Amino acid sequence: MTEGQFSAIAIEDLAVRRGGRDVVRVPRLTVPRGRVTGLMGPSGCGKTTLMRAIVGVQRIARGRIDVLGAPAGSAPLRARVGYMTQAPSVYADLTVRENLRFYARVLGAGDERVDAVVAAVKVPDRKGQLVRDLSGGERARVSLAAVLLGEPELLVLDEPTVGLDPLLRIELWNLFARLARGGATLLVSSHSLEEARHCDDLLLLRDGEVLVEDSPDGLRRRTGHDNLEDAFVAVVSEREAVPA
Amino acid sequence: MTPRITFAISARVLRQLRHDPRTVVLLIVVPSLLVVLLRYVFDGRPQTFDLVGPGLVGLFPLISMFLVGSITVLRERTSGTLERLLTMPLGKLDILLGYGIAFAGFAAIQATVVSVVAFGVLGLDVAGSAWAVGALAIGNALLGMALGLLLSAFAASEFQAVQFMPAFVLPQLLLCGLFVARDQMAPALDLLAGALPLTYAYDSLHRLAVDGTLGARGTLDVVVLAGAIALALALGAATLRRRTA
Repeated sequence: MTEGQFSAIAIEDLAVRRGGRDVVRVPRLTVPRGRVTGLMGPSGCGKTTLMRAIVGVQRIARGRIDVLGAPAGSAPLRARVGYMTQAPSVYADLTVRENLRFYARVLGAGDERVDAVVAAVKVPDRKGQLVRDLSGGERARVSLAAVLLGEPELLVLDEPTVGLDPLLRIELWNLFARLARGGATLLVSSHSLEEARHCDDLLLLRDGEVLVEDSPDGLRRRTGHDNLEDAFVAVVSEREAVPA
Repeated sequence: MTPRITFAISARVLRQLRHDPRTVVLLIVVPSLLVVLLRYVFDGRPQTFDLVGPGLVGLFPLISMFLVGSITVLRERTSGTLERLLTMPLGKLDILLGYGIAFAGFAAIQATVVSVVAFGVLGLDVAGSAWAVGALAIGNALLGMALGLLLSAFAASEFQAVQFMPAFVLPQLLLCGLFVARDQMAPALDLLAGALPLTYAYDSLHRLAVDGTLGARGTLDVVVLAGAIALALALGAATLRRRTA
């Protein structure tokens, strides 16, 4: 029995090298199935690189990543894993519907899925309007909608809530929770620690290393701070006070 | 490879073009205007027009599809949509064929319009069939697209991609025999021309214009062209990497 059968993602001894140094080092990490796991950390800490490694688009120096029981990036996973990049990967010179219908056809999803994701993500759906005329946040939502089309078992979402108004942000976190209740696994990155409270589990990444792997409540108990941002600061300063 | 996905990609590429009507008009009208220009440049020497006309009619699609192809694929690479596609359950062949079908379809329209203007309106006279010239033009458009797709991997911006036209296509145009017969060039250049795909594209058109049929030599040209398209697509496929640094 491999760990992959119990966890959505299992990482062992992972290193990603860039410019002669390890930009991500993860000796061991598992992400449970059916939950929303937040990948938190400041920009530049390696969140995107780690996500890319999990999706299998990142060249890695060493290590092993199992996703849903198969090696990361292997062909059978492509229909089961959905990846939303940080930059909205949609065609600026097509309308919202044309973008989504295209991705739906590639994924083998019907037009009713397009209607469903447009409603779920509240994608602006103004007739004939090209994606390039949308705001940054609106484009990000089109990109998110495209990932949801194929109903993947694992969703890897790189900063899906950045630049959105607070109301919409809450709605998206509620949507993520609903998807997890429906059996999907979500790995969601954010540089904003105030979003940590929406996650079932937290991973705090700093300088390419996972400092914290805990639930929000566990972290609160462990540090004695109710505010998660304070809790993170406590963990980081405690670690940096002790020379390695 | 999955036909559903291949055609979805073709339809998407054409839809992107449709949202850019000015580019479509330029792609279709400019070659015809250039042939009109050529006709009156050679006003006093109609036999020269008949000699170089088919070459230009057949090579325009190569040049324009090289540009459109390289920039469309470059945008796909830089916008992240290519990376997203490669994380989805599709084959690289779907992407290549999807682009190929879309551009061949568009090139067919382009070649038809310029052929009607050249042969119908301007009275361009070829010994061979005008249909054959049109068919070669579509083949050349595919070669242009395949080369553009391949070279887009080496461009970091649209500025660089556009520069590949004078850097990569223009020398081939100078060496292909259109301006000066190859046997009058410096021997080294003649040898170099023999290694460039555009030479074969031009030579096959030239056979049709002068001899009226492809003949053995022209048939060989077409085989070399088909090989060049396949090679450029294979090399292009190698630049579509699922895993990057």
